[in-house]
Amino acid sequence: MRLKTFSQGGVHPRELKLSAGKKIEILPPPETVIIPVSQHLGAPSKVLVEKMADVKTGQLIAKSDGFISTNIHASVSGKVLKIDDFTDTSGYRRKGIQIKVSGDEWEEGIDRSDDLVKEFSFTSEEIRNKILEAGIVGLGGATFPSHVKLMVPKGKSAEYMIINGVECEPYLTADHALMMERGEQLVVGIKIMMKGLGVEKAILGIEANKPDAIQKMKSLTEQEKNIHVRGLKVRYPQGGEKQLIQALLNRRVPGGGLPIDVGVVVFNVGTVYAAYEAVQKNKPLIERVVTVTGKSLREPSNFLVRIGTPVSYLIEKCGGLPADTGKVISGGPMMGKALTSLEVPIVKGSSGILLMQESESHRKEILPCIRCSKCISACPMGLEPYLLMALGKNALFERMEEEKVLDCIECGSCSYVCPSARPLLDYIRFGKAEVNKLIRSRKAI
Amino acid sequence: MDKLVVSPSPHIHSEASVPRLMYGVIISLLPALAVSIFYFGIGMIIITSVSIISCILFEYLIQKFILKVRPTHLDGSAFITGLLLAFCLPANTPIWMVMIGALAAIGIGKMTFGGLGNNIFNPALVGRVFLFVSFPVAMTSWPEPGQWMKYADAVTGATPLAIMKEGVASRTVSEIMPEIPGYLQLFLGNMKGSSGEIAAFALLIGMLYMLYRKIITWHIPVSIIGTVFLFTGILWLINPDKFADPLFHILSGGLMLGAIYMATDYVTSPMTVRGMWIYGVGIGVITVLIRIFGAYPEGVQFAILILNAFVPLINKYVKPKRFGKEVKNG
Repeated sequence: MRLKTFSQGGVHPRELKLSAGKKIEILPPPETVIIPVSQHLGAPSKVLVEKMADVKTGQLIAKSDGFISTNIHASVSGKVLKIDDFTDTSGYRRKGIQIKVSGDEWEEGIDRSDDLVKEFSFTSEEIRNKILEAGIVGLGGATFPSHVKLMVPKGKSAEYMIINGVECEPYLTADHALMMERGEQLVVGIKIMMKGLGVEKAILGIEANKPDAIQKMKSLTEQEKNIHVRGLKVRYPQGGEKQLIQALLNRRVPGGGLPIDVGVVVFNVGTVYAAYEAVQKNKPLIERVVTVTGKSLREPSNFLVRIGTPVSYLIEKCGGLPADTGKVISGGPMMGKALTSLEVPIVKGSSGILLMQESESHRKEILPCIRCSKCISACPMGLEPYLLMALGKNALFERMEEEKVLDCIECGSCSYVCPSARPLLDYIRFGKAEVNKLIRSRKAI
Repeated sequence: MDKLVVSPSPHIHSEASVPRLMYGVIISLLPALAVSIFYFGIGMIIITSVSIISCILFEYLIQKFILKVRPTHLDGSAFITGLLLAFCLPANTPIWMVMIGALAAIGIGKMTFGGLGNNIFNPALVGRVFLFVSFPVAMTSWPEPGQWMKYADAVTGATPLAIMKEGVASRTVSEIMPEIPGYLQLFLGNMKGSSGEIAAFALLIGMLYMLYRKIITWHIPVSIIGTVFLFTGILWLINPDKFADPLFHILSGGLMLGAIYMATDYVTSPMTVRGMWIYGVGIGVITVLIRIFGAYPEGVQFAILILNAFVPLINKYVKPKRFGKEVKNG
């Protein structure tokens, strides 16, 4: 059978999954952690602890502060050293809680064992509350609070839940490792989320470069009539939710719309696993699987890491920082963020740490646009990046709005394919920000 | 490592680069060049080298001394312009004339618009048409293939299209056909014509190579050749005595060269697939109109230049298929 994929645009960069097949290694807590209060989309959480307070692993230390916000828990036990601004993955200094680790004493009521707990009898509302309590956000990178996604707005209905096991970014293998090692838990997590959402049908999409994961998840769901596992042709950005929904169901999320507009809610496999732990084990989101990789790194690895662990600690565990490192990226090479410091903490949205060699860290020389139209062919949203860049250069933001700049998902396919190495996405991002300002000023009037 | 490089995503880039694309085009033109040298020998070698060297030299001189910008003469695009210009000239064109053509191509066709990426018209065709209107006799005296030690003194004659055009005024197509090389000869390039346009098979090999390397897509060549085939086919079905058959039309003249190389020039062709279809069909229709109802036996170069002028308009109105229809929020 021909494998499905999304029907428009996309690219296929070298996959370079160096850490594929590596077992998830559980890292002990470092000496200190920094837990930012803004690790998710939405309002920063409100700090509940004070300086010099003693905290236990799993203790709530910052509370959801608004509808789109979530809880944050101590990922280690120890003493709060500082509540201050710290540089995070965004490069900005933002508020965080620094904890000096001592021992590893857990909050009571958390089941730390590996035993699989299959049965559950919670109502949808109880599930949503547990997910909010546990501070679960989208672990694919967007970090949108998951409990909000479980609340279907009035007038809309959810028909399908899609679980994103695509991991289309080159290098990253965290989701792959999770499916291979925690497949049973994932199946329970899927059922929990289906219950929480109130849907009957779930589809797990996995790209064909992970045949073992497809095989494994298929065999684990053989008895489940309502959970389907689908292999997908390898193509970036298939992990984008609009692309994934189109690939699996051939439904197109309207421009400016959300997946729920076509009856779908999408969760990443990591999120589903976290939901399993929250609901079945009472364990808040205090750790996640992170791929640490790079061509020069001695031991590319998949780690289970406590939130707040400094990036430098992970790199040490992989054999130290290679001498030829030029750039360190949080996330994958297509959409990840270049870090300004190695002391920034792992947060809920960190799927990987990628070390680029000095020689591959710099951009190429920008040449004139030759109108080859490769950016148009590559754009999964049907935009014209060359035109958007030209408009952006000339500050024609209203024209950019007409040309649907806000539809851009910032996948970077245009900049990736451009033979003239033009910084298309830079100008598109700039345009998006300016167009959003325009829209806000219009609303203000 | 002293400092970390910080830049926005994406952090990786495909292998594609402008010089790589350009040299890919040049490689794809080698079979056609080989066939042309096989038929026109020394003449082909002379005009091709003069044309390429002149184009590169003029680009360098204009950028360095007139525009005062960093010269980009070695990015491969001037090389292609030179090669393609030579391909659409008779193999006995005098050296000085080739140089004038190169100056028109690079100077008028490319640099006046601001260089690579900004020109509206295909530079090689600008050079070709400049020479055609300036030196109509020299530009329509085609050397007989096979005289490969001869250059300026080559025996010349008319192209199959010109014979056909002259002929149908007074005779039927079937009476004219014996004076024209057979289809196999046309396919192999054994005919009089512009030096690089003759060998349909070699140009098709070049096209396959460019498709394989993903330098071009099939839409423009197929829409042009398909349109010419259909249009001439309809005329032929209506009156086979007056109109030559479609196979003759696609194998003769500059159609293959035009459809595969001239019309697919990135800079002067549309950006979207639908735009490419409009452009290709337009070129096909105008080509046939000129060939059959116009004053000249061949119309590909004019058709491409005319449609080149429509490309900005096509790009403005023909948009790619947006992913999802818009919904109003709030």
